[in-house]
This record gives sequence, structure tokens and C-alpha cells, in this order.
Amino acid sequence: MAFFEAKNIVKQYAGHTALKGVSISVSEGSIFGLLGPNGAGKTTLIRIINQITGPDSGEVFFNGEPLKPEHVHHIGYLPEERGLYKKMKVGEQSIYLAQLKGMSKQDATTKLQAWFKKFDILEWWDKKVEELSKGMAQKIQFITTILHEPKLLIFDEPFSGFDPINANLLKKEILELRNRGCTIIFSTHNMGSVEELCDHIALIHKSEKILDGSFEDIKKEYRTNTYNISFIGELEKIKANISHDIEILEHKSNKEFESLKLKLNNETGANELLSQLLPHVKIVSFNEIIPSMNDIFIRVVNEKNLSLDFE
Amino acid sequence: MNKILIIIQREYLSRVKKKSFLLLTFLTPILIAGIYAFMIWMMMKDDTEKRTIGVINESELVSPVESKDFTTFEYLENTSFEEAKKMLDTKGYYALLKIPKDILESQSTELFSFKQVTIEVKSEVGSQIRNHIETIKRSKIIAEANMPDLEQKLAATKTPISVKTIKFGDDGEIKQSSTEIAMGLGFAMSFIIYMFIFMYGVQVMRGVIEEKSNRIIEVIISSVKPFQLMMGKIVGVAMVGLTQFLMWVILSGAIILIGSAIFMPGLDAASIQQASSISQLPSTGQAMNQAQLNMMQDVLGTFDMSYIMSILGGFIFFFLAGYLLYSALFAAVGSAVDNETETQQFMLPISLPLVLALYIGMAVAKNPEGSLAFWGSIIPLTSPIVMLVRIPFGVPLWELLLSMGLLVASFIFVTWVAAKIYRTGILMYGKKVSYKEIWKWLRYHR
Repeated sequence: MAFFEAKNIVKQYAGHTALKGVSISVSEGSIFGLLGPNGAGKTTLIRIINQITGPDSGEVFFNGEPLKPEHVHHIGYLPEERGLYKKMKVGEQSIYLAQLKGMSKQDATTKLQAWFKKFDILEWWDKKVEELSKGMAQKIQFITTILHEPKLLIFDEPFSGFDPINANLLKKEILELRNRGCTIIFSTHNMGSVEELCDHIALIHKSEKILDGSFEDIKKEYRTNTYNISFIGELEKIKANISHDIEILEHKSNKEFESLKLKLNNETGANELLSQLLPHVKIVSFNEIIPSMNDIFIRVVNEKNLSLDFE
Repeated sequence: MNKILIIIQREYLSRVKKKSFLLLTFLTPILIAGIYAFMIWMMMKDDTEKRTIGVINESELVSPVESKDFTTFEYLENTSFEEAKKMLDTKGYYALLKIPKDILESQSTELFSFKQVTIEVKSEVGSQIRNHIETIKRSKIIAEANMPDLEQKLAATKTPISVKTIKFGDDGEIKQSSTEIAMGLGFAMSFIIYMFIFMYGVQVMRGVIEEKSNRIIEVIISSVKPFQLMMGKIVGVAMVGLTQFLMWVILSGAIILIGSAIFMPGLDAASIQQASSISQLPSTGQAMNQAQLNMMQDVLGTFDMSYIMSILGGFIFFFLAGYLLYSALFAAVGSAVDNETETQQFMLPISLPLVLALYIGMAVAKNPEGSLAFWGSIIPLTSPIVMLVRIPFGVPLWELLLSMGLLVASFIFVTWVAAKIYRTGILMYGKKVSYKEIWKWLRYHR
């Protein structure tokens, strides 16, 4: 069942259209990736979901109901442009932000202290934000985003600005939230950073949705039937023994082994290829090359004859 | 709790708890009281410096100046001017007074010194010689007129006139009023409003810029409406200003009370003023006393309850409405820029009417009934300041209501416009904004 739905969203700014009838549907308890280059319209869509701005036309549904102001209490949003009041104390500030999300002061304090304990940062409570490092501030930012236990979490460019350690911590926490039933939307131009997390993906390009589907389906659809094989032995032997319809795309060699990038046609399967090779060389590794979301994006844009230049 | 209240609370507390706020709130009254105390002390303090002045008397007057208090005059007989000049050094004279032969005709005398002489010495010398000559002339005339009691008769003709200003109240009763008080009060109030709008309007603007440059703005407006944030900030800052103002009034009152109790027992402000003005004009002391008394009556007559209430009511209304009108504009400016240095191009159209209003206010204080006064107190951008100058003089009710109505209407309109600019502006990062751009934002619908 769709937990969140946007239908035919159109948004125009003076002189340019940010969204041309975009629809997305996010099912409950899944991670949805909203991908596309900068300036594609992702942030506009996300601001519409957060009711920071409204659509010119189109409908938005939250948990089956048309989106209304009270829903912000059930949405957690980590914007791309994020920060905290520098002069305010960490604890005070977190409570303030929680109160704005509709939590009571007592409730916010208890939950905050639990989270601070979990992240082992209780001693920051009375520090001013300006005394913290950027990584520390990011942790606070994350806690304040999820503190009110939102049903829908939206992360705009989630990992930009996070150092690898905090980015991993963030990923771990997000997956845990998903397992507890949260619905999550990622929006990013850095497609590689989220693809392994997403259950469902929508590609946005120049204000339009150009691709939409489950992560697995998309990957399946855009399989290229190419494989990577590393082996010890002679390249000539392979060339002589594989079927003629197998194309060698690339050859590399290093001190220990040789690697090939092969494209199989429809008749020859991976098993058949392996059986052809096994008697002649010692295979070190064998794997299918799965196209990255970046590759898929470029392919889709080319197939649809859209221009690739990003504004 | 209502979100706007949470915002007001944060805006208020975060400012009130700042060290700079506490410092400003507590030090300003102490500083002002200190300045006043110093001024009073200076006025009451006598000049106790001992000075000796050498006198070369070439006229026929017999000791026209006499040693008095701390100033000693030494007559130098048979001494040339050059020799006397040397004595400034050798005898440590403060100055050298040369009374010319023809003083009766020329009516002038010369005082030589290396340093600029003080005003007291100068006027002391002048008045002593004047009195001396006047006495001579007077006794000569009395002798010629052959009327021994002429002096008393002339003295009896002195008649100082005090003009009591009495206003007809709306209900026909007559009220004593003081023009001076009305002017002073009006101008002081309008100046306070001017200061308040500027100081706290800029604080609102800074707050908006801070939220933008800290990048916290988007986090917040995903929880509350931009309008709520803007109004919360404006109201919160207004309360900071009111707190500060109230603290100043209370603290200054307390300091004056305590100070006068400690340093000048049995002396209140009125008697200080009386004492100082009488001492400045010793010759007409008695007459001034009467005039002072009349003025005191005027002042007391001015301050009846309804007058105080109308002024206080007007002050609070225009104070708040004027602040709200301008702070919405300041918030809009803050939202359109990325940092404070960029605010200048947008500040001009806001500060111009404010400064203009202050100047109109000064002119209106002299003529509170003219057309400048009328229009200045009706047009909303200047009315909070100009009307305050007029209120103590009494303003027709319809003008007052018109001005208030227009101010409220324009406050609502300006806030609506400002909110539109604000809503778009806060999400614009790193973009140099022009007036044209802002005009575009106004036409966005949500």
C-alpha cells in the first residue's frame, strides 16, 4: 500500500518550470530513492512534501489522506541546506526543534537524553553548537530529525557533508528505522551513494520523471549481460575456445592474473561460458557487471533522446 | 503549546539571556544617572580656585572692582602696562585688567591673560564695573531730579508677566497646560519610538540573516509556517525591547530616588531646578520665583489623569504599531540577503522615512497644527513618530482615529507583502538579489 503519493505535481517559478507533472508513490516501510542531477526538481518536490511550498496543481496524499499542515508532525526532514543556531546550547536547541514538531518539553527531554546516551554525547548537552565540530553537529542534526518518531523521513542529499564514520552511522540508523516501519525518501544527485539502500527508485531529469521502478526490476531491465572474469593462464587459449558470439570488451593484466570484460549474447549463458573456460585456465573470480544508477541514468537519457546538459 | 508561542519564547529568552543585553540594560540607566549627577554637581559646585587679578585703573572711577570670594583684585599704582605684563609671571597674576580712561564713553574694558579666562571671571569683572557705573549714574540722576525716592518708584514699575496656557477640554472644562511640557514630552516620546524601531528592527533583520546563514531556516520551516516564524521573531524581539525599556524606567527611577536620598537629603528634582535657575539670575530672583511657581502650577495642571492616559495610550499604540510595521520590512530585507553587508541597498528605503519622520517631528513640535503636521501624522510610515509629537498638544479625535486606522491597515498590508518576500527569500542562498527579483517573488503564489 502506498504510504505516500504525489500525483501529477506541477510547479512553476517565474520563467521556469520546476516540475512537469511528476508522480511518485512510496510504499510503507520502504526506502525510496529520488535520483537525478542537480537542478532536476528534486528539492522542489521535497519542499512540496514538507509543505514548505505548495504545488501549482496535482495532489499529495499522506497515509491515504490529502496532505495537511498537521502531517508535518509525522514527517522528519533533513534538508540539504542544514544547520543549527550557533549560539544556542545543544540541549536547549534540540528541545526547541522537537517542540516545533509538536512534542512536549518533557517528552522531548526524555527522548533526547536517551538518544544522547546512545550516541555517547551526553556531555555536549550544555555546550553551544559553535563549540562542536562539524561531525558532532551532524549527529545532533540527525537526532533532531528523527526524534519525534516520524512515519515518513526525508533526507535531501543525506550523506553530503557527513564524514565516512558518521555516514555509516547514519546508514545503520536509517536501516534500523526502516526495519521498525519508517518510510524513507532519499533525494540525491550522488546516485551511487544510496543505490544499495533503496528499494524503489525514481529518476528525475529536467523537471520530469524519466524512470520509476523497484531497484531490482530496474537493475534487471538494464542488465547488459557483461561479466568480469579474472584468471591465470593464456589469453590466446580463451580466445580460441569461447563461442564466437562472445565479445571481448576489455583486457587488463597485472602480475598475478589477467582480467577480461566479456559481453555474452542471449544464447550463451554464464554457466556455458564457465564450462568453456574451465579446462583451459584457472579462474580467480567471475561476476556479472551490474550497471550503476549513473550508467542507467545516462542510458535512459540517451534512449529517450533527452539532452544531457545540466543547467 | 502553540508553535508561535514557542518561537516567541525562544526569540525572547535567547536575547534576554545575552550578556550584551544585561550589560546594556543595567549600565545605561547608571550611565545616564551618572551624567545627570555630574551635571547637577557641576551646577551646584562653586568655583573655588583662588585668583589674583592685577588692575591698571586709568579712569577716574574709584575702586570699580572689589575683591570677592576667591577673586582678589590688586590695584597697580604707577605701573606701566609693560611692567604689569611682566607681573603676570613674577606675581602669579591670573589676568590683567586694564580700565581705560574713557570707560564711561567707550563702555569697554580689557582683560589680558596668557590663558583664556573663565566665564565666571569675565562676567564677574563685567558686572562689578557695570554696577559701579550704574550706581554713579543713578545717584547723579536722582540728585538732578531732586526726587530721593525715585529708585523705589522705578523698582515698583517692574512687572514680569507669566502667560498661563489654558486649554478647553472636550467637555467644556478648562485645563491648565504647559506648552513646554507638551513639547518636551512629545519630542522625547517620538525619539524613543524612533530609537526603538531602529534598534529592534535591525535586531529582527539580524535574526533572520542569522537563521539563513546558519542554514537552520529550512529545518524550522518544515515544522512551522514561515509566517509563524516571522511573526514569532517580531513579537519576541518587541518583548525584548519592552523589557529593556521598562527596566530602564524602573532602574532610572530607583537610581534617582536612591541617589537623591543619599546625596541630597531634602532636595527633589524641582527644587534643584529652581535653585539652579535662580542662582543664574540673581538680580531678578524674586520675580523668577513667581514665574517658576506659575510654571509648576502649569505642569501640575497639565498632568491630570485623562491627559496622562491619552498620552500613555497613544504612546503604547504608536510604539507597537510603528515597530510592527517597520520590523516586518526589516524581516523582509533580512530574508532577501545572505549577510549583513548586503543589506545596505534595501535599508535606504526603510531608514529614509524614519529619519524624515524625526525631522518632521521637530518641525511639528513648533507648529503642531500645520499641514505638515497633519500629513506627517496621517501617512503610516511617518505617523508613529509625528503623531506622538502632536498628541501632547491635543489632536482632534477623527485625525487620531484616521491615523491609527491607516497605521493598522498598512501594518497588515506590509506584513502580508513582507511575508511573501520572506517566504521566498529565506530559501534563496548565494544569490545576489535585486529589487526586480523581489518584485517577482511578490507574484509567486505560495
